[in-house]
Amino acid sequence: MSTTRPAAERTPRRNPLSMLSGGTATVALLLAVVFAVIATQNPSFFEGPPLMSFARMAAPLVLLAIGQYFVIVSGEFDLSVGSLVGAQVVIAARLIDGDPSRTLPVLALMLVFGLVVGLVNGLVTTVLKVPSIITTLGTMLILFGAVRYWTGGAPTGELSEAFRLAGRGGIEGVPFLGQLPYALIIAAAATAGAVWLMRSSYGRSLMATGDNDVAAAFSGVRVWRVRTTAFVLSGLMASVAAVLIGGFSGVTAQVGDGLEFTAITAVVLGGVVLGGGRGTVVAAVLGALTVEALFTLFTQLYLPATIQPTVQGLIIIAAVAYASRRGDLRLPERLRRRPGHPTERPLGTSRR
Amino acid sequence: MHVPRVLLAGAAGLALVLSGCTGDASDGAADGNGADLTPEEEWFDQEEFDRQLAQRDIEPEGPEDEPWMQAIEPEWIDTSEWEFDDPGEATVCFSNASVSNPWRVTGFITMEQQVEALQEAGEIGDFQVSDASDDDNQQISDIQAFVDSGDCDAIIISPSTTATMTPAVETACESGVPVVVFDRGVNTDCAVTFIHPIGGYAYGADAAEFLVDSLEPGSRVLALRILPGVDSLEHRWAAAQTVFDDSDLEIIGYEFTDGDGAQIKDLVSQHLQRGAVDGIWMDAGDGAVAGLEAFEDAGQEYPVVSGEDELSFMRKWQEEELEAIAPVYSNFQWRTPVLAASMILQGEEVPEEWVLPQEAVTEETRDELLEVNSGMPSLHYARFGGEDLPGFPEAWEDR
Amino acid sequence: MTRSPVSPSLLDPRSLPTRIGTTALVYAALVVILAVSAVLVSAQGANLFTPANTVDLLTRSSLLGFLAIGMTLVILCRSLDLSVGYVAALSTVVAATVMAGDPGRIALGVGAALGVCALIGLANGLVVTKLRVNPFIATLGMGLIIKGYLDTNFQGPAGDVPSAFQVFGYARIGLLPVSTVVMLVLAAVAIWALARTRLGHHMYAVGGDAEVARLSGVRVATPVVTAHVLCSVLAGVAGLLLAARFGTGNALVYGNGYELEAIAAVVLGGTYLLGGRGGVAGTIAGVLILATLDTVFNVLAVDPFVKDVLRGTIVIAAVALYARGQLSRAAVRVRFPSGGTPPPEDPPDPPGGPSPRDPEPAVGGAR
Repeated sequence: MSTTRPAAERTPRRNPLSMLSGGTATVALLLAVVFAVIATQNPSFFEGPPLMSFARMAAPLVLLAIGQYFVIVSGEFDLSVGSLVGAQVVIAARLIDGDPSRTLPVLALMLVFGLVVGLVNGLVTTVLKVPSIITTLGTMLILFGAVRYWTGGAPTGELSEAFRLAGRGGIEGVPFLGQLPYALIIAAAATAGAVWLMRSSYGRSLMATGDNDVAAAFSGVRVWRVRTTAFVLSGLMASVAAVLIGGFSGVTAQVGDGLEFTAITAVVLGGVVLGGGRGTVVAAVLGALTVEALFTLFTQLYLPATIQPTVQGLIIIAAVAYASRRGDLRLPERLRRRPGHPTERPLGTSRR
Repeated sequence: MHVPRVLLAGAAGLALVLSGCTGDASDGAADGNGADLTPEEEWFDQEEFDRQLAQRDIEPEGPEDEPWMQAIEPEWIDTSEWEFDDPGEATVCFSNASVSNPWRVTGFITMEQQVEALQEAGEIGDFQVSDASDDDNQQISDIQAFVDSGDCDAIIISPSTTATMTPAVETACESGVPVVVFDRGVNTDCAVTFIHPIGGYAYGADAAEFLVDSLEPGSRVLALRILPGVDSLEHRWAAAQTVFDDSDLEIIGYEFTDGDGAQIKDLVSQHLQRGAVDGIWMDAGDGAVAGLEAFEDAGQEYPVVSGEDELSFMRKWQEEELEAIAPVYSNFQWRTPVLAASMILQGEEVPEEWVLPQEAVTEETRDELLEVNSGMPSLHYARFGGEDLPGFPEAWEDR
Repeated sequence: MTRSPVSPSLLDPRSLPTRIGTTALVYAALVVILAVSAVLVSAQGANLFTPANTVDLLTRSSLLGFLAIGMTLVILCRSLDLSVGYVAALSTVVAATVMAGDPGRIALGVGAALGVCALIGLANGLVVTKLRVNPFIATLGMGLIIKGYLDTNFQGPAGDVPSAFQVFGYARIGLLPVSTVVMLVLAAVAIWALARTRLGHHMYAVGGDAEVARLSGVRVATPVVTAHVLCSVLAGVAGLLLAARFGTGNALVYGNGYELEAIAAVVLGGTYLLGGRGGVAGTIAGVLILATLDTVFNVLAVDPFVKDVLRGTIVIAAVALYARGQLSRAAVRVRFPSGGTPPPEDPPDPPGGPSPRDPEPAVGGAR
């Protein structure tokens, strides 16, 4: 009984192309459709610079989606990332206060802070056994309030130009593209790293934990450590995303607001199952690109600003409904998975 | 199993097509005549619009160097019925809508400083504050709690929403203590005085008129708005629509940004990809700098822009020598309610409707204001009006 | 007998002892928080239990109470509803615009608002059960759809609530606001229905283990859809309360984050987030805890940002405390979602084992 490979085991047998099953194919298709519609509206979108500017804008969401992916696939939620991004940008602005020499130390501090927040989320969830939705909701409130209290309600200080390079700058003079944004390079590197990580033994343990933490524990996985690490990775990704977002647009009071829901939407749009154990990191990244592409599409269509949420809501429901039809062996009443329940397995899947 | 799949694909497709259709419908409008320039009836009151525009040119009564004590065409009313034997012992209660944005944060600091000054002078006693975090229902409870506690000798209210706070303000009035309302109004005149700057129409018109005057006919203007449904912001947009409608500018459209820099920069970048943007109209200055950076990053010339008297924008304006204006929603109005409460408790006359001046920052006045506020953080508001308070400047600098 | 009703004893909230244990723990937490608050407030020379503060506390709890009772039902079925804030906002504008200030149209306004809300709940339930969309996404999406509708059609306040209906928001019997009475009555009905009706038992059954419930002959979709409809209708009642207090409809109340607050109250009340265990009694205590905190913060004039920090910390701490209490009871071991390593001496059933669910000590001998 090798529960370390449940992801492969649980794929419906009749579908050998497991990589493309469920969400990945749907989201790839949806992304293609959205891009196609954008192309009809604005053919120049696919010339280098507009595409690069899209990539720069999408990069932070890609990072957040990767972080959220680790947490979701392990069977948990991280609602604190939006607040964490906001907190990080505000902390950076206050500590750097326009002084370029402080850039590197502050960057290091941000990474440490992100790791600590992730560690706290993880330990409270795994060791104190608080449901992650409550843990991270609490962290969200705490970070939101604490940072504002510290800065007296509105951000103070200023980021340095050096700090903003990662989010705003790029390698100049690349043929066709014009400028290759650093943000794109960072997001691509993070994606590659995440894919590698999910293929490592840690990735297998993470997937097994989300799939069935009891079984994983019996096969020797230290569940609490694996889950805590997922939260730490999410905190790390949020910190890097904060560097990019702060770099992209500077400090505003609202930075980071609502990003947690956008990130979760992106991940789920990628066919990653809330409750854990299923979905690929590539699909989560595609989900993030799709969400960003949808926002772009709305702007390109001059869609009335007030109607945009309605269209967004319809599209995500339809896309997820479509994806859940495709992975069809799931039981209809399987509303949300309970990892701790061995009996509650889809019938007809292989469980050697 | 194929049927539902097709159905769902259809649904997803339909949603996209739907977005395409609605998009095309407005697209025609956008490419042809620009955004819809007929203000929503709900938010446009021609009489009030004309009045506000006229008020901009009226010389206010009151000391010239203390704009927070000035009033435009005041009708002074007697307040002797509220006179308090020993104002130094009077408890003033303040129900605040929130301190959820930099404008309110700045204003609240100013108010606290004013309170300290009055307390030291023995003109008011205790000062109690409750904060509703932008929740109307919470604020109703807050006001009710003030009334029920019986501790308050005067109640100051900054309503979170105009219409919804009306019953609560009426309750406060009925409790028999003087009530002062400021910033947003309510649909009742039971308060002793209602303090506000000229208003949203004047703000929106200041910005729009500047764009009309500065840009060639046919220039393309993008409007950036924070969010729908907030009266003070809707009035600004309604005024701008009216002004633009009479002009030869082409309004490409408007976008809601939540005041978030990242969204603003992204939206402006996208509009720049699709064509020139010569002017930017904003209903509040939040994130104006991010919008301007989109032009820098796209390698395009800066647009003519209307921001706000927020320092980050004003500093950018000075550095880059932009063609810009900073309309003002007078932040110094946060001083006036406390002063009014103390005047009422001393039985002094106050204006029934206390209309404060509201003067946009132009290139002529900009540098002087930046000088005065040189040590202030970037999200501070230049016309905060606290320069003569004892805590200046530390209280605003070290938040 | 096409689908014989399962014997209630089998489907009865199986962890009854645990549940009572948890609920007792929640009320103990409420008492502790009230006591600590009273001490803190009196240290400031004030009194927490003045009539004014009591009324304030109760009024605060009625709005959240409506939302949290509905949320409890949905969570018991192992679903979730993130659209309640938007539904409440929609309810305020529908009620206020239909009433249009005419006392004769109050019933019509209430009916229209609750009817619209019920339809939304039905849609939520069907999307979750029939289209198998994860409830998180289904209701988040529904929230966005409503937001778009509200933003397009109701910019800002709309309609007019006649003063006869404002009684619902302001009148009180002694110290007890009418809205609180209504909330408590609804809570009592919900507690009764969960404990005594077949529908209630089915909700626990579906939330506890949908597969077992299905095999025992429960139509799984019915309780879930019903819970969603009731949750939306209760959100509609919350909207009616808001409209009565505002005197008008206000679409913008969706921005107040009611959904997360309601979920926090439910979990604070000891209901298991992954369904099947908990109840409305605990939720009411959870609501009262949050309302007490708000009132105390107000009386003590706590900085609004510190409020958020304290709220976050207390919610986490309280839930951690219950988790500890439950663990010591050894009743919930492996079932806690975020469990660490389960005790090795307590293995779950081998796959394909004899019984569809592992018997737990706390089952109460139902089998």
